[in-house]
Amino acid sequence: MLGITLFAFFLLRSLPGDIVLSLVGERASPEAIESIRKEIGAGSGFIKQYTGYLKLLLHGDFGRSYYTNRSVLSDIVLKFPNTMRLAFAAMFIAVPSGIILGFLSAHRKGRFIEKFINAASLAGLSIPVFWSAIIVMIIFSLKLKLFPPSGTGDIRFLALPAFVLSIPAMSALIRITKATVSDILKMPYINTARAKGLPSLRIHISHVLKNAVIPIVTIIGLDFGSYLNGAVVTETIFGWDGIGRFTMEGIIKRDYPVIMGCIIVGTAVFVFVNLITDLLYHYLDPRIRLHADDK
Amino acid sequence: MPMINKNRPGSPLKRFFPGNLKLLLPLFVIAFLFIISVLSPLLPLYDPNKIELESLKMPPAWDHPLGTDSKGRDVFSRIIYGGKISIGVAVLAAFVSTVIGFAVGLASGYFGGRFDAVVMSIVDFILSFPSLLLAIAVSVILPPGIYTVMIALSAVGWTSFARLVRGHVLTLKDMAFVDAARAVGCGNLRIMLVHIAPLCIPLSLVMMGVKLGGFMLTEATLSFLGLGAQPPAPTWGSMISANRAYILTAPWTVLFPGMALSIAVFCFNFVGESLKERYEVKDSRS
Repeated sequence: MLGITLFAFFLLRSLPGDIVLSLVGERASPEAIESIRKEIGAGSGFIKQYTGYLKLLLHGDFGRSYYTNRSVLSDIVLKFPNTMRLAFAAMFIAVPSGIILGFLSAHRKGRFIEKFINAASLAGLSIPVFWSAIIVMIIFSLKLKLFPPSGTGDIRFLALPAFVLSIPAMSALIRITKATVSDILKMPYINTARAKGLPSLRIHISHVLKNAVIPIVTIIGLDFGSYLNGAVVTETIFGWDGIGRFTMEGIIKRDYPVIMGCIIVGTAVFVFVNLITDLLYHYLDPRIRLHADDK
Repeated sequence: MPMINKNRPGSPLKRFFPGNLKLLLPLFVIAFLFIISVLSPLLPLYDPNKIELESLKMPPAWDHPLGTDSKGRDVFSRIIYGGKISIGVAVLAAFVSTVIGFAVGLASGYFGGRFDAVVMSIVDFILSFPSLLLAIAVSVILPPGIYTVMIALSAVGWTSFARLVRGHVLTLKDMAFVDAARAVGCGNLRIMLVHIAPLCIPLSLVMMGVKLGGFMLTEATLSFLGLGAQPPAPTWGSMISANRAYILTAPWTVLFPGMALSIAVFCFNFVGESLKERYEVKDSRS
């Protein structure tokens, strides 16, 4: 976490112009500039400047947007729930379908369906989100007029961006599920379970899924974190009022405090999700210890 | 496993590429794209940046096979010229990442100790960022352009190479031939460069193949966001972004660049997957 702030600070410092100005924005009053300047200790050494910056961040002061002069943090707080909704909706589509299709293709090895799923999932990873978003938009909202093309709102607005966002995640999930499951199916204990006469569904749930869950959770965690990445593009195209679009607007207008704030928050969320994934490992597989010295 | 068919005498093509006919097609497409992009100035194409006001947003027709965009520029020739930038940037960035990652991984694996710890924590640090956000951050500080994209891609990309090469060096370091080299009096540098490095090259090249598709996709995303090559230079990502407003009146301006991009990335990914399977390279971040 500290690393991110250090990095963001480096970015800020490397921007042209006064660091204080780039923090508060050019429309700030001279007093505000002066107070920030004092707080951050401009003119003093690097370490002191950095601790000053950290102090500002800890107080929740991410600076103000150059254009709207609104506090970046309050805007992020306002938009964050939207992004979360989108991310959860995309997960809701991607996770079940990804796992089921992955299982399916592990079972139909060498058959047409496996090849088809394989090619489709590779395509899902290859087609850029911004293109598939536009295609989906043309088909479903402009031609078929089933969904509104853009905007933020209820489930009708949510459906298309969530679907588009779920495609790469679903594809990654299919591939990893298939690879793990087909490895597990070769294991002797599956033969044992079959020989015992367990019903196939039971084998899958208590033997295969249980052992495949770690890589699957890893991918889900990584994907969930990267929804914030994909969201930059998806939210922009569908006009979904979340962090991603906010980032994009910041980029277009060169609104540095906004970009910095979004990057810090985005990275923090990413790290946080990875942390949760790591913690989950321990519950899913007690053999994995959280601490190296935890013997 | 259908390995039995391998090396079976068959058609001359099959004999030349044993068991890999499936791989041939994507390789062929890549080679084709590559040659076309390199030769693009020689081909009888429209000037990709020439604005023709009398033929705005023409649908695909005989003299403009893929139509024209909102400024009357020929989409087909823009796609081909765009391919040159898109593929070129991705390949160069992959190359730079490979070289940096290779050097860092080699040194870090060979010397170990504190140096290794520092380098690997930097790698972990970079990998803990969402890669696109990091690339965006880099392209925001530097003025937008293709070199910035390359730097942004390499800044994130070298880490996985470094990790891979380091792991390989760690296993090689304990092998007998290294001891033998040391016994006959080779210095550290010589062992590292002459004895260990050549054994890591194939692995890095495989990794480069695995990563290329991802590099292309990130490049396209950055240009879509307007952080890549600046207009009027065509890239696939920026063409899609620039023509986004005309999807109703001129859908071909968006459809075809996206198609080109998807096909290219698909082929790269396909080759990458096959390489990954064949050499069992683990991607540090899939």
